[in-house]
Parts: sequence; C-alpha cells; structure tokens
Amino acid sequence: MRVPLLWLREYCDPPLDVAGIEERLTMTGTKVEAVLHHGVRSPEHFVIGRVVSVEGHPDADRLRVCEVDLGAAHPDGPATIVCGAPNVAAGQTVAVAQPGAVMPDGTKLAKAKLRGVVSEGMILAEDELSIGANHAGIMVLDELAAAQRLAPGQPLTRALAIETDVLELEITPNRPDCLGIFGVARELHAATGAPLAPPPWSTDPGSAGPVDDATVTVECPELCPRFTARLFDGVAVAPSPLWLKARLAAAGQRSINNVVDITNYVMLATGQPLHAFDFDRVAGGHLTVRRARPREPVQTLDGQTRTLDGEMVVIEDGDGPTSIAGLMGGARSEVSSSTSRVLLEVANWNGPNIHRSSWALGLRSEASSRFEKGLAPEACAYAQALASRLMLELCGATLLPGTIDVGTPVADPPPIRLRAKRLRSILGMDVTTERQAHILRALDFDVKRDDADGDDERLLVGVPPLRRQDITREADLIEEIARIAGLDELPATLPARRGACGVLSVQQRLRRRAVDALVGCGLYQVMGWTFTSPDSLDQLRLGEDHPLRQVVALEDPLSSDQSLLRSTLLGSLQTIAAHNRARGVLSLGIFEVGTVFALDTGSGSAIGVREHGALGVLMSGPALPATWRSSDPPKADFFALKGVLEALAEALGVSVDCIPANPELYPFLHPARAAEVLCGGEPIGWLGELHPLIEAGDGAHGGVSPAAMELDLDALVASAAIRRHDYRDLISFPPLRRDLAVVLPERVAAARVEQAVRESGAPMLEDMRIFDVYTGPQVGANMRSLALALSFRDPQRTLSDADIDPVWTRILAALGELGGELRG
Amino acid sequence: MIDRIAQLRAQAGEAIAAAQDTEALDQLRVHYLGRKAELPLLLRDIGALPADQRGAVGRTANEARKAIEALISARSQEVQAQELSGSLLADALDVTLPGTPPRPVGRMHVIAATQRELEDIFLGLGFTVLEGPEVETVHYNFDALNHNPNHPARARTDTFYLRTEAGPGDSAGEREPSERLLLRTHTSPMQVRAMEAHPPPLYVVIPGRVYRPDSDATHTPQFHQVEGLAVDDDITLADLKGTLLAFARAIFGDQRDVRLRPHFFPFTEPSVEVDVSCFHCSGEGFLRDGSRCPLCKGEGWLEVLGAGEVDPDVYAHVPTTERNAPGYDPEKVQGFAWGMGVERIAMLRHGIPDLRLYYENDVRFLEQFGA
Ligand SMILES: [Zn+2]
Repeated sequence: MRVPLLWLREYCDPPLDVAGIEERLTMTGTKVEAVLHHGVRSPEHFVIGRVVSVEGHPDADRLRVCEVDLGAAHPDGPATIVCGAPNVAAGQTVAVAQPGAVMPDGTKLAKAKLRGVVSEGMILAEDELSIGANHAGIMVLDELAAAQRLAPGQPLTRALAIETDVLELEITPNRPDCLGIFGVARELHAATGAPLAPPPWSTDPGSAGPVDDATVTVECPELCPRFTARLFDGVAVAPSPLWLKARLAAAGQRSINNVVDITNYVMLATGQPLHAFDFDRVAGGHLTVRRARPREPVQTLDGQTRTLDGEMVVIEDGDGPTSIAGLMGGARSEVSSSTSRVLLEVANWNGPNIHRSSWALGLRSEASSRFEKGLAPEACAYAQALASRLMLELCGATLLPGTIDVGTPVADPPPIRLRAKRLRSILGMDVTTERQAHILRALDFDVKRDDADGDDERLLVGVPPLRRQDITREADLIEEIARIAGLDELPATLPARRGACGVLSVQQRLRRRAVDALVGCGLYQVMGWTFTSPDSLDQLRLGEDHPLRQVVALEDPLSSDQSLLRSTLLGSLQTIAAHNRARGVLSLGIFEVGTVFALDTGSGSAIGVREHGALGVLMSGPALPATWRSSDPPKADFFALKGVLEALAEALGVSVDCIPANPELYPFLHPARAAEVLCGGEPIGWLGELHPLIEAGDGAHGGVSPAAMELDLDALVASAAIRRHDYRDLISFPPLRRDLAVVLPERVAAARVEQAVRESGAPMLEDMRIFDVYTGPQVGANMRSLALALSFRDPQRTLSDADIDPVWTRILAALGELGGELRG
Repeated sequence: MIDRIAQLRAQAGEAIAAAQDTEALDQLRVHYLGRKAELPLLLRDIGALPADQRGAVGRTANEARKAIEALISARSQEVQAQELSGSLLADALDVTLPGTPPRPVGRMHVIAATQRELEDIFLGLGFTVLEGPEVETVHYNFDALNHNPNHPARARTDTFYLRTEAGPGDSAGEREPSERLLLRTHTSPMQVRAMEAHPPPLYVVIPGRVYRPDSDATHTPQFHQVEGLAVDDDITLADLKGTLLAFARAIFGDQRDVRLRPHFFPFTEPSVEVDVSCFHCSGEGFLRDGSRCPLCKGEGWLEVLGAGEVDPDVYAHVPTTERNAPGYDPEKVQGFAWGMGVERIAMLRHGIPDLRLYYENDVRFLEQFGA
C-alpha cells in the first residue's frame, strides 16, 4: 500500500525524517518496503506567479508571450515567459517553474529561447507536476489564491503539494485497518507518541432514518452483514480540485471526476471501499442484494459479460443486476457528467466469499482486496460521514435526510482480560501495567484496570471496532504490547530444556552414513526436481500398466514438463547427467537422496498418495580419471556400480543380493546387464546399465551406457536398523584359509555357488570370496572356472587341516551337485 | 706351516678387498674355504703333524679361517649394498611427471550440507530431528495452523494441489475439503503432527523440502526449510531470541546479533521476522570505502526467517490421545516455532547469486561446496 508522507503527516506528524518514520513503522510491524518519491524532485524554483499581460508571439501563432509577476522571486520586474496554453490570460494566478527547477522526470529547467523570445521559466499544467493527466491548459489558481491569500513570488508549495515521499508498506493480512491511511497514522502515533489528529470522519453532516425515494433489500445477510446508502441531490459532476488530484496521484490513483475521486479518496483514508450510483438510472429507485443465479450473466463496468455462480452476490435494480457485490460496478448506473442525483453505497461483505468470487472471476481490485480481508461493519458509517462531507464541499450537493442502513448491529464483544503475569511469562520480559495501558490506549483500545486478584495485576481491554477481526484473545493483546513496547528490549535467553536431549535416531544416523559412504565413493550429491513430465515416463519406455506410471499429477502445474510428481529418481539423474555432458563433463558419478511418489488407489474409498525416500546413483564415462599411466581407464559399468552398492551395504551393515532383473519390469535397463536388488529377500530396487534406447548414443561413453541404480532408502535403512551389534571374538584364534578352483557350467550363477558353499560350510565356514573367473579353452565350452577363497573359524580353538576335512568334503559334494569339478 | 697360513690369510685379504661383486666373493669363498681349498685341507690333515706343532698350527689355521670368513661376510655386505644402490639407480623415475590421482573426492550438495549443519546446531541445543511427508492435507498445512478460510496462501496460485480423481465424474477420488491433498508449502504441518505423536515437553527441528508455485531468480517452486518447535510449560519469546542468536552465531559468525521485527503469521502470536546483523559490513550498512553494502543493501540487517510464540489456537487443534497425553492445553503449555529457508541461508553465506543454480547441478557448481 502506498502512503504519501504529506497525507500521513496531516494525521500524525512526529518530529522525525522519513528514515526515522520508516524505522519506527518497520520495527512495530508495518514494514516499509520502499520509500518512493512523487512529484518534483525539490520544491525550489517553483513559485506562484500572476500573469500581468499576454501578447501574441511575433513569429508563432500558437505561442503567447506573457509578462508574469513573480514578486521577490524575480525582483527586477515581471518575468517574460513564453506559453503555449490557450487558456492563459492576464490576471490569472498561475504556477511557475523558474530556471533551475527540477521536474518530476529529473530534467532541469533552463532559460530557453522559443522562436527568438527568451523564456524565463514555464507556466505549468497539471501533468507537468504529476498531479493529473491534463495537458490541455495551464493550471489556474485564482480560487486558491483568493481563499489562501496567495501572493506572487511565494513558494508554490503554499498552494499545492507538488512533492512528497511515498511509503510503500507491506500490510499483513490481519491488519485491514492499515489499508486506510488513518490506520497507518494511528500506528505511527502509537510507535512514536506523536499526537494523532481526530479521525477525518469525526464530523458527520448526515442523519439516521429512512431515505425518501430510495430503498434497499438484502436477501442474503450472511454474505452482506451491513449495507448503507445516502442520497445526494444537485450534484455537479466536475473535475476534482487540485489538492484532491494531487493526493490521489501521489497514492497511485488516477483522477476521474469529483464524485468518483471522493469514493477513492475516502477508501484510501479509511480503508473502506464505496460505490456511487447515478440514482436516476437506478430503475425503480430500489436496490436488491441477492445471490446470483447459477450461470447468471452480468455486464460489468469494463464492458465484459461475466458468468456468475450461486455463491456470488449481485446488486440489482428494477431492470436486473447492476453490479457484482464488492468486485465491480455495472455500466448502466455509472456516474457520468450528466449525473445530478447520487446514491452512495457503503457496504460490508463477507471476506471469504469476496475472496472466492474474486479468484473465481479473475477480478481483483483495490476494493476487493480490502473486502476479502474482512472489514469491520462499523467502518461503513465512518466512510459515509467523510464522503458526505466531501460531497457537500466539493460537488455542491445537498444531502437528503436519512441513511439507509440494512443489517443487524453487532454487539460489542466483552472486554478481554490481560494478565500481567501471563504477559511476562509469554514474552520473558516485564512491561508495567501503566505502559501496557498506555500502549493499548494509543492503539484506540478501551482500557480499565481489573481489581487485582491476589498479586496478579490485570487489565480489562475493550477492542475498537476496526480491530475486532484480529484481536479476540489475550495472546493478541500480548502481541500488541510486545510490538509497540519494543522487541529490541527483549533479553536473549535459552529454554531450560528439561529432559530434552538432542540425538539423531538410528535411521537418521544411517541415512547420513549412506550419504557419507557415497561421497566416500567419489560421488557428487545432486538435487533434482520433484516435478517431472509425461514425456519423461515415455522416454523410460514404461508400458501402460507399469507401476511407475501410477504417478501423481498437479492440478495447476507451472508448465507441462513439471506436471507430475516423480515416481523414480532416474529421470532427474539423467537430466543432470545430460546437462553436464553437454558441458564437456564425460566422467560423472552422481547420487541423489529424495522423495518419490505414487498414487495409492488401494486404500479405502479416497485415492491417496504414497511417498518414500529413495536413493539413486548414476555413473557414466570412465570410472576413474585417465592418467599418463592409464590413458584409457575402464568405463563405469554394471560392476563398477555394484561395487558402490556393496560399499553402501557395507557402510550400513546390511547384506544385499543381486538377481537378474525381469526386463519387462525394467524396460529402461539393458536386458542382459540389469539386476534386481534384494535386501533380506525383499526387492528394494534395481541396478543396471541403461538401455541403449533411452540413452541417446552420443558416443561419449565409448559403447558403455551409463550405469544407474535406485533403492528404497527407507526400506534399506529399516533393515539396517534392526541389526544387532554384539561382540564376536575374532582375535583370540586365527582363521584357517584355503583356496579352491572349481569348473562349473556357465549358467550356474555365482550367487548359487556362493549359497551352496556357505550352506554346506556352515557353521565353520566364516567367509568366502570369488577372486577369479576364467572362461576359455582350458575349461571347455559353456563352462567356467571360479576360484574361491575360503576362510574357516572356530571361536574356541585354532583349527588344523584335519579339523576342516569333513567340512571340505561337504563343500566339494555341494559343488558337485551343481555340476562342478575340482580343477587342477 | 705357520708361515704358509699367514701367507694364505694375507692373499685372501687382498683378493677379498678387491672383489667387486657377489659372484667374485662366492668364488673366493670356494677358493679359500671350499672343501678342496688349501686351508681346510691343512686343518683336516693336522693329525699328521708332530704333536708339539699341532696346537699352534691348528689355532693359527682356525683363526685364519674365521678371519677370512669375516672379511668375506663384511665385503659381501658392502658389495650387496653397492649392487642394490646400483640397481635402484637403474630404476630411475622422472619425478616431474604428474602423480596418480587418488579416487576423486565426492561432495555433498550444498543444500544437504547446510541442512545437516543446521540440524547439528540444533541437536547441540537439545532439539531432536523429525521428518514429515511432503504430500500433506489441507488440514495439516492450513486448517490446524490457524489459517483463515480466505488466507491468500491457500489460493491455487500459491499452493500446488494434487489431482486425486481417476477421471472426470469419478466420485471415488473425492475428498473432504480439509482432506484435499497438496504439496506442503512449509514444514510447519509437522508441528501439529509432532504434537499429536509426542507429549510435551517437545523440542524438535523438522528439515525438509517444500513447494510453492513461484519461479524466478529468488524463487524456485521447490525449496527447503528447517522448522523448529519448542513446547514446554515456560518457553518465552526471549528464549526464542536466545535460541536464534545461538543459531545466527554458529552459522554467520560469533559477532552476529539478531533483531526481532513484529510480523504476522497465522500460527504464531506474537509473530516476528528475524534479522541477523550483516556479516559483510558488520551491521554498519556500508563498507570501509564508504560504499553501500551490497549484501544487506545498506540496511545492516539480513532477513533470515520467520518465527513466534505458538498461537494458542494451534494447541487447540491437537487432539489429546494416549500417545501425547496429557496433551497440549493452551493454558498450561507455551512455546515457540520458527521456519528458516535453507537455500536463503546458503545463498547468504556463499554469495550464490541465483537460486536456480541449486537445481541445475552443474559439476562446476557442486564441486565448490559440501566437502
Ligand atoms: Zn551489509
């Protein structure tokens, strides 16, 4: 909200410069986001002049040469000023910019020669001072001069507000009262202690009672708690006086005519919007406030036809709807230059309803943005009072007796009890009850001292009408005290933290360990977008029924490629890899820990969303940097990534297994170089080289597609967390180690061999590791040789060869059952 | 005889000293001490000598043999050392060639690293860490946090709502207004969830990813927050100030100060925005050369987070159950809450100019942080 400082100072004028005011408002909760400047840069060289004579320019038909009396500002007699305005005439009091004046756009005026005549300044039009749009003629200040006894040579600021600082304020949604300048002035009063002028609505020329000729019916009081109207006769619609134009311009509003300008001015001063009807065009002299009918069309002031629904409110006359309540007036009853009777409506609307209608219709205005915050019904009367006074003063109007006032007056809420003890306990600092009362009174609260109950002092606080939406509880009053008393007074203490102990859970520690393990593997952690697109699912070659197609969609995505929540991390890993590859980074190892989402259609009646933490890794290009000793290091392939998986499992203390992946479930993986990852026998993810069809073959990988994996991190961590950590004696007695080489059919998986060896070797077999794999002529076609390193242990003694003979025999037998033969 | 022994000993001594390699020494050993060599033969035949000579000859011969062995052994060590040194020198390196790099060092993402650092600070202050769902309901994200029905944050332009109907006219997917699903717009929904799950006192921080439909240099539609919540029977706004002062000093330096500025949030009362004194200009607003500080724009303060005392109405939204008994009675418990942006803190600390860099994941960006 824009608040011209001159206007604000009219209500409250602390002895502070603009920076001081900015600081006080900001530190009491009305944040000044910017200080702008409106009008001329400096008032110097702008003076009042009186036109002494006007003569034609010898060489230009449309220019006049004026002699202008500038009094002391031009002591050597009248100044010669060339003027192009048709309305300039001798005897006028005018606004003059002398050479040296800096105009609103920053240009500096100099003496100028116009067609051979030297002009010692400029007679000003409205637009040249950023007061209005009028450039058809100069401003004539005769009336002002008479009223204020202005004399030539006096500074122009005596007549007009030609410059002001403008505060750009952030008004929080709980403070619609500060959407009026007097509300801001009250804040400034409380924050600085400077006196506050009486409210501009404190004198009301109007009267209560019915109004002849005009009636109003409200059919939906729940959406229209109060509707007031006054009728004015003999209204002369005309341009507004300069001071009003100047104020509206500084506040960012365009001047229309005196009637419309009054409604805008009163809204800016009080925060309460108003609407003026041309009463002669209100059919039947009767207005009805009612809910719109479903799909009812209404033509609005901007010429558009809007289609309403049954939750929206219209105001109609005998000929049908004339406006959409709280949002926009209708064209039919708009005030025009021929208007002579004005019905001035000031109503209170249900905030949430206006909010909803405004969003649904895409109609937002200064008025709707105020109504939707929920205004006080009492403000209707304030706005009527101020507007009535201005209508009489500025439009020559007569106010007809009576005020239409439909609505049930709201009873004053009971006062709120404010306990000094409670205030101290919430804030952690003391504010005396005297100071509390002082602050609250400055904010227009009614304060009484409650009889002390024991040693606890209390105040009974009545809330002023404009604050009743916001202040309903003791806690709200405590905030009022805190913000004005000054939070900079607050000590900095720490909570006692009884019984509180900051430790990470086992799962949190394991998650950190997983990240550390991957960083230790030389990988970079990345953070991809949660959002993904239907295209990216297609690129993964997912079939119609694939589980990863159970994606969650946004109702209003920012763009179509951010319309879904990702069901896998693979897409963002690929995007990030492509981004870096395009910038010449060919060797890449990245991982991401993030959430993935899936539609859950199975739980009860409503469709839900399942989410879990996932861990994804992608490696492409050389697994290690090339060096002069190894100019072509191996590419990161299935086994390079499996090594990362094993390092991760080792760090977490879990065992994982890889089994061949079903290509139908993993269409994005190379069908023969892909594994499903099991943990505790349950699938928790996949690992493999990417299918050449989903990674555009750009040759960057030297024929090896990037390898990637994705694991359900929650499941992995959960299974790690249940592992016990009891001590085992691996020191007192040494293990016994033996190697063997066995030739087996190639189709027998290494895991199958390991399982057979481990089962047959238990419990004495402590560990087994495959340290060589050989295929070739020495073992024959479709066969391969596996070299196994075995280690045996007995916790009670040192083993001898003879001790393990029976186990050894069992292991050989188990290998034999797999078709294995001992080699060499 | 004794002369001959002395002669042999002297000859051997010279030959050993002259020997240049292990092979020559081996030959000398055979020559002087081998089975067919003169000295051992002489010793073997000692019985043939007259009895009075045997002692002297035997002793002299033995001494000579030991002396020769010692000389060979000593010379052998010298020769071996020479040979080793020779062979080592033959294996010379170009020490100026580049070394073999170890396995590259990985990095945490700067957001994750900053988040972990924040967690650690608050762990040290006695808070525990909780995580929560990113998909939330209107109830937890807005209603239970005391947002008015017309609060602007609820608008479709300010919140990502999720589609849960399977198709047009599908009634199975319909939900109660308060159960509509959305991407959480802040980590605050976990305040109520945490209070539902645990009795007071409660000291928790909640890190996590949140979402709002904004996209420009200073807004990304996803970002990260660390929420804080402390509820006990006597926690004051001054305690909030002290806690955040500790945070500010841990993150931005020992000299920092904090200031609380009144503000409005629906779920705190009083509500404040918290500024930290600018670490770039030491809170002066201008630099040594007199120019305006570019970081705080001359303010001397950096806006870092929003906070406040928990609004009593939020406690009223927490049902009392077996899990959190005795529950959260607004007259009996009080506490504070805050929400801070991880991206903003990292941006201020590292001078990162554009939030979008975080999610581009350019390696040249990633490698600068998180070590
Ligand atoms: Zn600074």
